Amino acid sequence: MSKVPAAVIGIGQTHHRAKREDVSMAGLCREAMDRALEDAGLTLDEVDAIVIGKAPDLFEGVMMPELYLAEALGAAGKPLLRVHTAGSVGGSTAIVASSLVQAGVHKKVLTVAFEKQSESNAMWALSVPIPFVMPVHAGAGGYFAPHVRSYIRRANAPSHIGAIVAAKDRNNALKNPYAHLHNEGTTVESVLASQMLWDPIHYDETCPSSDGACAMVIAAEDVAKTYEAPAWIHGTVMRSEPTSAAERDQVNPQAGRDAAAALWKATGITDPAREIDCAEIYVPFAWFEPMWLENLGFAPEGEGWKLTEAGETAIGGSLPVNMSGGVLSSNPIGASGMLRFAEAALQVRGRAGEHQVDGARRALGHAYGGGSQFFSMWVVGSQPPSN
Amino acid sequence: MSRTLQAPVTVAFDYTRSTGPVIGRFLTGLRDTTIVGGRLGDGRVAVPPPEYDPVTHQAVTEFVELPDTGTVTSWTWVSEPVAGQPFERPFAYALITIDGADTPWLHAVDVASPDDIETGMRVRARWAEERTGSVNDLVFEADGGDQPGTPAPAGGEDVSRIVTPVSLDYHYAASPEESSFFRGLAEGKILGQRCPKCQKVYVPPRGACPTDGVPTAEEIELSHVGTVTTFCVVNVPFLGQKIKPPYVSAYVLLDGADIALQHLILDIPADEVRMGMRVEAVWKPRDEWGTSIENISHFAPTGEPDADFDSYKHHL
Repeated sequence: MSKVPAAVIGIGQTHHRAKREDVSMAGLCREAMDRALEDAGLTLDEVDAIVIGKAPDLFEGVMMPELYLAEALGAAGKPLLRVHTAGSVGGSTAIVASSLVQAGVHKKVLTVAFEKQSESNAMWALSVPIPFVMPVHAGAGGYFAPHVRSYIRRANAPSHIGAIVAAKDRNNALKNPYAHLHNEGTTVESVLASQMLWDPIHYDETCPSSDGACAMVIAAEDVAKTYEAPAWIHGTVMRSEPTSAAERDQVNPQAGRDAAAALWKATGITDPAREIDCAEIYVPFAWFEPMWLENLGFAPEGEGWKLTEAGETAIGGSLPVNMSGGVLSSNPIGASGMLRFAEAALQVRGRAGEHQVDGARRALGHAYGGGSQFFSMWVVGSQPPSN
Repeated sequence: MSRTLQAPVTVAFDYTRSTGPVIGRFLTGLRDTTIVGGRLGDGRVAVPPPEYDPVTHQAVTEFVELPDTGTVTSWTWVSEPVAGQPFERPFAYALITIDGADTPWLHAVDVASPDDIETGMRVRARWAEERTGSVNDLVFEADGGDQPGTPAPAGGEDVSRIVTPVSLDYHYAASPEESSFFRGLAEGKILGQRCPKCQKVYVPPRGACPTDGVPTAEEIELSHVGTVTTFCVVNVPFLGQKIKPPYVSAYVLLDGADIALQHLILDIPADEVRMGMRVEAVWKPRDEWGTSIENISHFAPTGEPDADFDSYKHHL
């Protein structure tokens, strides 16, 4: 039995901020959900199921928040599912929601992902000492910085590539009213002049800590085709791998390569750099842009940085990346992956406002999580899938 | 001897909650000795007020100030109170329907024995002298008909943020394979194990080889010398940090191992640490040893020429 074609018919997000002290977790979720429902012209009563995602519970110290949120999310009387895949959770949550539609189980599914980082301290939560083990862990930056160093060495990349990414994304964020950081005047020089936090990663090459949420309504073909500009889901993929294994490639992880290959195959794309019009890629540390460009097959191994250096990933380049400002400009961890997926959908709907890529017809949304061990991605298009 | 090494762990953090306008209104009421309910779309009054109406899903915006008396609709006896509960002596938890409300509220009732509480019993709030805007600002007691004095409202800005300390105590258990590694360290040895299927040498050994899913088995004593594959310099201080920054956190691939260990590099300026640098374990004085990787104080340069990139590039 073939899949039911599905599309995004409603998108909502909060204004992402360091502290959203005006709202509770429920209020934060509802802000995004209500905007997505309004966009779709639906009420909560009209959706069949709700799929929620957030990062690990220790980040906010609420065990299974979906239990207490159920009523506020309007889930009473409906299926409510929670998805867990660390930082990639926003992406995999959207994929679970779309799978429920594509499988013919539901017609209209609302999916929401959130994080309220101001209630906690993610750096602490990621660095809780484990007995007998050397306490050298230092948050996500401490985890990823050695692998960034490995990338620079393996690709023989110039040392300012990360700063190019950071300056680009921060300037893109100026065009996105929802972005957390609106740092005027960020340049390659100012990024390189910022403090070295986890050498080789500068302060301005890291993502902020944000409160925020994102939501989407995903509908089956017969519903979606009554809408003016649905974002059709052309393909979705998830892959996983162990955090650590002998000779595991931490720079260009197998699971990411496999996921991308499967995604391009499923969508009939043979030359992603040419056939994808723009991409929202999960880049919490600037150097991950060139790393993931290679992992995703947009550039040969060792050459991702050349696309970045040549300006091809800027708006107006051949493959704009993170037009919204990306994770580098807004990072409500649990929602960050869904924001990538939603921003890709906004682009192919032609509704990305000032950060719209002209004529975007097919876009990639991408997320990763854990120690680069969970990957989720989708391709959305302005036209229904032909496959 | 137990197969597994265990150690106590406490994970504790004071989370700061944004209450939002509805819970904030409720908690502000408690601080000011007033029980505040929320009016739902169907006219019912709920205590505590839900943020969103369970039927209409609209935000609850109409509040009702209620008396601090009510009726027990169900209850249970807490014979052995635990830390963090409202009383250190036995007490009742009850579902209490506040006069004028339509939904019950779970709260504590101060009665001496289970014989002193029953469904239908009338109860009254006993307010704390010092209130912060918390459910602990009151407990309930039998309503004897007399009118005890209510402390004056505290006043001040509305409650919008509360602190909820969370603390989790548990025993961490290392796997039997890891335990043999940690016990080896107590004897000054670095013990790895080989996976019987892929033949890779894991240090620490694994209860399940990540590739093959089987425990590593054959024990191998590893060299104390290895190669820095990659590293970062941690300059950022953070809550709970055990080592004062700046420090070099490195992956060290011990000679004979197929996976790198994370450890500290010292005895060399941080900006001189290199990928490929040869290093050796520097052990703490033996009388400071335990069953921990921290028996190794750090790794320090051996002075040998750097390893060729090709010799470790497949470990990045």
